[in-house]
Amino acid sequence: MLNKLLMHPATKPVVFLLCLLPFARLAFGAFTEGLGANPAEFLIRATGDWTLRFICIVLAVTPLRVIAKLNALARLRRMLGLFAYFYVVLHLLCYSWFDMGFEWGEIAKDIAKRPFILVGFSAFVLLTPLAATSFNRAIKAMGAKRWQLLHKLVYGIAGLGLLHFSWMRAGKNNFAEVFVYAAIIGVLLAWRVWNFARKRQVKQTVAVRGGEKPLRTG
Amino acid sequence: MSFPSRSHRRDTHGFNHPLSSEITPRAAYEGRRDLLKLMAGGAAGAALATFAGREAFAQATGPHKLALLPGAKSAVPGAQTMEKLTDYKDASSYNNYYEFGVDKGDPVKNAGTLKTRPWTVEVEGLVKKPGKYGIEDLLKLSAQEERIYRLRCVEGWSMVIPWVGYSLAELIKKVEPQGNAKFVEFVTLADPKTMPFVGSRVLDWPYTEGLRMDEAMHPLTLLAFGMYGEVLPNQNGAPVRLVVPWKYGFKSAKSIVKIRFVEKEPSTAWNKAAAQEYGFYSNVNPTVDHPRWSQATERRIGDGGGLFAKRRKTEMFNGYEAQVGQLYAGMDLKKNY
Repeated sequence: MLNKLLMHPATKPVVFLLCLLPFARLAFGAFTEGLGANPAEFLIRATGDWTLRFICIVLAVTPLRVIAKLNALARLRRMLGLFAYFYVVLHLLCYSWFDMGFEWGEIAKDIAKRPFILVGFSAFVLLTPLAATSFNRAIKAMGAKRWQLLHKLVYGIAGLGLLHFSWMRAGKNNFAEVFVYAAIIGVLLAWRVWNFARKRQVKQTVAVRGGEKPLRTG
Repeated sequence: MSFPSRSHRRDTHGFNHPLSSEITPRAAYEGRRDLLKLMAGGAAGAALATFAGREAFAQATGPHKLALLPGAKSAVPGAQTMEKLTDYKDASSYNNYYEFGVDKGDPVKNAGTLKTRPWTVEVEGLVKKPGKYGIEDLLKLSAQEERIYRLRCVEGWSMVIPWVGYSLAELIKKVEPQGNAKFVEFVTLADPKTMPFVGSRVLDWPYTEGLRMDEAMHPLTLLAFGMYGEVLPNQNGAPVRLVVPWKYGFKSAKSIVKIRFVEKEPSTAWNKAAAQEYGFYSNVNPTVDHPRWSQATERRIGDGGGLFAKRRKTEMFNGYEAQVGQLYAGMDLKKNY
């Protein structure tokens, strides 16, 4: 039933528009002075928050698909991942523009000097090849195995993003939100470890009968 | 170009809207500020500087929602910057006051519960005249002055705020510190009933701050009761707070309930929370970075251009080096951050 809904031709465009809502709200606020006393800080933080949220959302796709048997969710995964990239690009753009005035020398120095910026920047750099290989031909050209391996990078990226965020909050000793994100990402990654172990067991028991078909996770 | 009357800005009856034809065009207004700056700089003589100062005084009006607390123009050197004032709305809605929440939008939402009357400030420790001072007595202890100070937050943003109060030194002289009193400790209210975030693990409550005796005695160190010609709004530290303009904002303790004179350097809230990031002195210093961000520049809240306004260069001692530099002569400010 839910699968059917997810397969509906309108689902993808609707989700697409939903994913754009935070961006629309920020853009509207920026043009109507609706972002408070420090709009630059608001934009930098909000785009960072949304990057982290989309990382959580996209990491939730596979567990949800397996647990709730919502195979149709797989159709949305690529788009959700690209939205994570969209928001991290905005995050970097806001920082470079509003905080650093596009002074590239200063930005390079800042990245080298401040560990928490370096960690955030590394997460962005690592996410770039994932976004760049998100079209079907890239999967074909690379081969599914290698493509999947590359995209496993997202686990490390999630960790870096979390570290970046917690480091930022450490200055004000304010970890409440960091713990929420850490818990969500922790659970989503722990499920994968558990699922992997379980599948290996299943594989060993069914090996005699010719093994299982590899899951296509495009 | 004509200069229409600005008397409506001093109106005490709330929003008596001027005719639109009376509103000074922004360009004319800003041009005049430049002119005033020139005049106050001494270029046009002392008489004109006084006139310019009076203009600045008239500018500092709040929204007339709170009790008025006018202050006479201060004669303390450095207390009359001619920079454009931060909008009252920004200064009263973008606050760090962790007892009311860690988000800068939280205090304005949550501080309504703060009870500022009755209020007493207890003076104790190494003084000849310890005692409890009621807020009404404190308000009358010395003449209220208006001081227009830059405020630089350790987070890298700044404002220009017209405070109303008097030099802390006035109170200190009254209570007569003993010879061995070397530091002053400020203890602020920590009431879990009215302050929802007291008890959160972010900081050790109550929030405490401290100054060396000579810093506390410096005429720029202000015991503030108001801003923009009115009493302090709760979220800005009502009913009485400290303002130390050459130090990062967190040194200026809000809603003070105790002033203690001590011999040893007191521990301070942020220093206890993260000693490697927040030192006892915490003087504004563009050459000593915070471990995780540069302090070389700052974002002036409400700067023209809004989002696209360039960050400003942060000045040594927040621009008060001429007044306070000698307090730190011979000190290694990298070590004593």
